[in-house]
Amino acid sequence: MRIVVPIKQVPETKNVRMDEATGTVIREGVESIVNPLDLYSIELAIELKEKYGGEVIAISMGPGSAVEALKEAVAMGVDSAVLVSDKVFGGSDTWATSCVLAAGIEKIGDCDLVICGERATDGDTGQVGPGIAAFLDVPVVTYVSKVESVAGGCCRVERMVEEGYEVLSGAMPLVLTVVKEVSDPRLPTLRGKQRARKMEIPVWDNEILGVDASKVGLAGSPTRVVKIAKPKVSRECELCFGGDDVLGGDAVEKFYSFLKRGDFV
Amino acid sequence: MGYSGVWIVAEQKGGVVQRVSFELLTRGLELAAKRGCGLSATIFGENVEQGGLDELVERGAQRVVCVEGAGLRGFLVEPYAACMLKVIDEYKPEVIIAGATTTGRTLMPYVAIKANAGLTADCTGLDIEEETGNLLQTRPAIGGNIMATIKTPNHRPQMATVRPRSTKMAERVAGRSGEIVRVKADDGSLASRLVYEKFIANEEEMPLADADIVVAVGRGIKKAENLPLIYALADVLGAAVGATRDVVDRGWLSYPHQVGLSGQTVSPKLYIAVGISGTIQHLAGMQTAENIVAVNIDPEAQIFKVADFGIVGDLFDVVPLMVERIKRG
Repeated sequence: MRIVVPIKQVPETKNVRMDEATGTVIREGVESIVNPLDLYSIELAIELKEKYGGEVIAISMGPGSAVEALKEAVAMGVDSAVLVSDKVFGGSDTWATSCVLAAGIEKIGDCDLVICGERATDGDTGQVGPGIAAFLDVPVVTYVSKVESVAGGCCRVERMVEEGYEVLSGAMPLVLTVVKEVSDPRLPTLRGKQRARKMEIPVWDNEILGVDASKVGLAGSPTRVVKIAKPKVSRECELCFGGDDVLGGDAVEKFYSFLKRGDFV
Repeated sequence: MGYSGVWIVAEQKGGVVQRVSFELLTRGLELAAKRGCGLSATIFGENVEQGGLDELVERGAQRVVCVEGAGLRGFLVEPYAACMLKVIDEYKPEVIIAGATTTGRTLMPYVAIKANAGLTADCTGLDIEEETGNLLQTRPAIGGNIMATIKTPNHRPQMATVRPRSTKMAERVAGRSGEIVRVKADDGSLASRLVYEKFIANEEEMPLADADIVVAVGRGIKKAENLPLIYALADVLGAAVGATRDVVDRGWLSYPHQVGLSGQTVSPKLYIAVGISGTIQHLAGMQTAENIVAVNIDPEAQIFKVADFGIVGDLFDVVPLMVERIKRG
């Protein structure tokens, strides 16, 4: 079984700093990490390989520095990795990104499963997983919380929906996007880290991938970001202090009035 | 380009039209009025209740296209996408909006690729640019740290998903008339390589995504045995129970309760954060709530920065008093 895991390098959200004047994110000096939600897909892929045999290949689209994210996946136990990187891919929205990653996955060839994180913590769209499936013309199951079985070329999964879980099954190839519940990511081992350090990660540019240039980058992206603004979170907090106040019921009384004003009681 | 009209993708469960559909009509009506065009709804299912389709009309849809067939009962990406692509092909909508539900967030990106259309996820604001008629789509990104406005200048349809509960349902006006078209899906469209085997409902509890009020709990609760305190407050308010990552990782509540960057994003009318310090990851999942109340023992807790009303105090003192006060009425 061949499993491909598309991953993304993202800025560490904890330390996001905004340029107040321009409303843009300051990237300098911000640590880059593997998208935290991709750790669950990487872990699931490795577990499936351990259980059913096969190989796991990580793929990422991004600048040259995204090799670091792929090396982290290798350190966790992914067999090999490939970076798709080209100036013409810059500015891709989710449509164009899905297009490029699907082309990369097709070039890897003979994939049984493509396993994605639910979404990336920077763009926060969750659109690339289903997008890859549409380009590959295979079905997608999103919000997968459990892979029940892989047998006879068929995969049975459980997906988390609003009011419970759905059980779906289907013949591979399939694209899955997973939620956190699906696995418990392992830490990279020392041996894994050594292997990752030595590994030469191939970089495929568009000369190798050969995607129609009108379908990638800014040219291939239907959407345009036209404005970035800092969200207004100027809430005026009416703060009541505890102690006697609380026990005397004053704060609670004010809380009750707040509920009343909002028509919640 | 020949594309016109605003469309919403309505949703059904077991043939019953879902609330999110009526919320989408509110958005649709605003956009259609600004653009000076009609508002239509499409829905996919099997034996969809007539009453629900009538209600779509009464709440503002001038036309409802209901595509039906075996295999459209539960959501499967291929037949849903095939049917939606046929609707796009036939009616050429200029704008399509769907709920940012598990269905909408799967169907829309799949269809957008096949339709060569632009799609913006999880919008909190939608507007029409006057000069061009382009859809202006505003959404939070980078964990809620920025708001981005996005448009799709050259591709049609323009597609967007909208968070459930982010608007009221459109007003129901009895006697409003509209066209309801029931179409049978053809066999080709119904082909699916996936099989929908079964649905397992959550234990009795109210789903977070559907709740007007969420009572959420953080590490301040100290141990799972103290959770009944939180449930008591949720019960008197008719609220769903949410939790921070800490609480879920400790196994005190299950993952479907998790609110935040690696859990769910909710925008209820009221969010009550109990014993939650307010990490940026948690705030990303709840700061768009209409009203936020926080109870925390630390007056410096970040959660108070996004709250409308806060009580600094020991939750073990405060929460029982809250419950008692609400019960008293």
